[in-house]
Amino acid sequence: MDHQPEQKTDRRQALAVLARANSAELAAAWEALSDAPAIETLRDSEIGLVMARGRVGGGGAAFNLGEVTVSRATVRLASGEVGIGHVMGRDTGRALMVARFDALWQSPGHRGWVETAVVAPVSQRLAKADAETRAKAAATRVNFFTMVRGEDA
Amino acid sequence: MYVAVKGGEAAIRNAHQLLAEKRRGDRSLPAMTVGQIVEQLTLAVDRVMGEGSLYDRRLAALAIKQARGDLIEAIFLVRAYRTTLPRFGASLPLDTGRMVAERRISATFKDLPGGQLLGPTFDYTHRLLDPALEDDGATEPAVADAAPTEDGLPRVTDLLADAGLIEPDGTGEDAEPADMTREPMAFPAGRDLRLQALARGDEGFLLALGYSTQRGYARTHPFAAEIRMGEVEIEIAVPGLDFPVSLGRVAVTECQMVNQFKGSGVAPPQFTRGYGLVFGHAERKAMAMALCDRALRARELGEDQTAPAQDEEFVLSHSDNVQATGFVEHLKLPHYVDFQAELDLLRRLRSEWEARDEAGREAAE
Amino acid sequence: MSVDALSGGFADPVTEAQAVFRAVLDVLSRPGTIAALVPGVRPPPPLNAGAAAVLASLADQDTPVYLDAALAAEPAVATWIGFHTGAPVIDDPEAVTFAVIADPAAMPALSQFRLGTDEYPDRSTTIVMQVADFAGSALILEGPGIDETAHLAPHPSPANFAEQFRANRGLYPRGVDLIFATGDSLAALPRSTRIRQGAA
Repeated sequence: MDHQPEQKTDRRQALAVLARANSAELAAAWEALSDAPAIETLRDSEIGLVMARGRVGGGGAAFNLGEVTVSRATVRLASGEVGIGHVMGRDTGRALMVARFDALWQSPGHRGWVETAVVAPVSQRLAKADAETRAKAAATRVNFFTMVRGEDA
Repeated sequence: MYVAVKGGEAAIRNAHQLLAEKRRGDRSLPAMTVGQIVEQLTLAVDRVMGEGSLYDRRLAALAIKQARGDLIEAIFLVRAYRTTLPRFGASLPLDTGRMVAERRISATFKDLPGGQLLGPTFDYTHRLLDPALEDDGATEPAVADAAPTEDGLPRVTDLLADAGLIEPDGTGEDAEPADMTREPMAFPAGRDLRLQALARGDEGFLLALGYSTQRGYARTHPFAAEIRMGEVEIEIAVPGLDFPVSLGRVAVTECQMVNQFKGSGVAPPQFTRGYGLVFGHAERKAMAMALCDRALRARELGEDQTAPAQDEEFVLSHSDNVQATGFVEHLKLPHYVDFQAELDLLRRLRSEWEARDEAGREAAE
Repeated sequence: MSVDALSGGFADPVTEAQAVFRAVLDVLSRPGTIAALVPGVRPPPPLNAGAAAVLASLADQDTPVYLDAALAAEPAVATWIGFHTGAPVIDDPEAVTFAVIADPAAMPALSQFRLGTDEYPDRSTTIVMQVADFAGSALILEGPGIDETAHLAPHPSPANFAEQFRANRGLYPRGVDLIFATGDSLAALPRSTRIRQGAA
């Protein structure tokens, strides 16, 4: 286990992991936090839409593919760190929790804890799930070969 | 002119109650849960998300349950729901090159880098009904390979592009794309608007049009250069932050068709592209979309416009199944007054005709 | 009370936004009336609470907002609008759905804003003009929503305002609509209103 976990991820990576944490993981970590500072809710969680975009041909100009439900929230620690939560789906509690952990991650006193208690375990779970997806896909890999028929071959 | 018809409140209430009872079905069987639909009717959920144009698995599953499995009704419910929500913004364009792919095949290159991954496909099944599925028997877990697939799979079209054999797919420069959910559709439509309409268009309609191009109505000689299906990260720009914020991952299916093109005064002979991108696992839809996208580029590529699939006003105006069902199904609503007017007119015409007929016969006698 | 760009939104967005919407509806449909607003937002100055409440109720990601020089000079204003409404702030009066004016005397001419088209007259700018009070020189108003005549006396007001607004009326159905906002009240002049010759 890395003893300086705060160096493992930047905020963008931490948020990407938090956005995919499930509510049970977030709630359990929150309950385990013994020294939670006062957190002000700047914008209470709300549900809305984000228009997902693709690119023409995969790499060309953008086009609108369709919308995604998203929940978001914004909080602030007394020390000034502003945390944001933007997560897919309609679970407003998750968005608020992600915002809190994002704020705590930015606070020097809590970053290490957020890394070890939430980001690292969730990240491991996600990596394991991806590895399983890839391994199962790999088992369906085909090696086509062409058979040449006829006298001239 | 519209004339309102009143009455029938109790009848409507009772009809809705009867609908609820029919929806529940035989009460000796357990009720189906939304979770079961999410997990076990995944492709129906994907279709409702794609054509409802709203990515939310549980909502789509709820809609399917409420609609008793009528997918167009479910799509209607999802479309209605989305109008109640504010829009926070638009995502950065998805990078399908970074997909965690469950399936990835090419019909053009057998030995492509990254390999051919069949994934969870109906292809190569025998289409024989499986009586074992009558029972809730144990399902064996899928085989896992010791060597998982690598990160990031190169696009087949990029391989062709590197060799200069296919038209470029554009610069990736981002003008704000057209949005048919905000501005009324206008013709001629840009490719961005066409792709948005096709992505939410009815699978059956696009499938039939795609098929028509193969049968000679706007032949484009397509090859499925690549089909990939899996999850991609979706990110948004948040004001005040200098990095994009990930919202999670969406499952999408992408189809790249390559098509022949004889060249023109300005372009050398090269392959052209048709593109399909759809929410969820929706391979047939992505392929049909790519065929229609290519056919709709006839004007841009200087081809003769002779077939329905090349007529963008025809295709885009009729591809939306919620619009289509609304207009077709409204015919069953009361039209009593209109019809009375038609009846009066018909009776008058008929009596005039009969009078003339009689006069004619009398003259002949 | 500390006021910064990220706080000071509606505490109860649904109810408060609906109350402001009702006030906007009333003053636009009965030109000359002044509606009181319950202060619900705390925007960074020089954006006043009335104009901010209108934006918090009506502006969103699809409605670009123009800020006049006085408002643009204070970056917290654009940040507040961005955070609480999602609306992009754009420095082009011809491209915006809303324009907020803190200094009416120095504002661009009404004709410089987006005026809509004959097909889509709704695609014009709604100008939210911050005023100190309604105790200036009274304009005499006539038109839809007005029984005989009504009066409105926004203070301060732009140079040649009556003349500019008459020209705006001449574009009908195109043209801008104006909402006047003090810290706790609203009034409006929709494009359908006529200003009678000779302000009293």
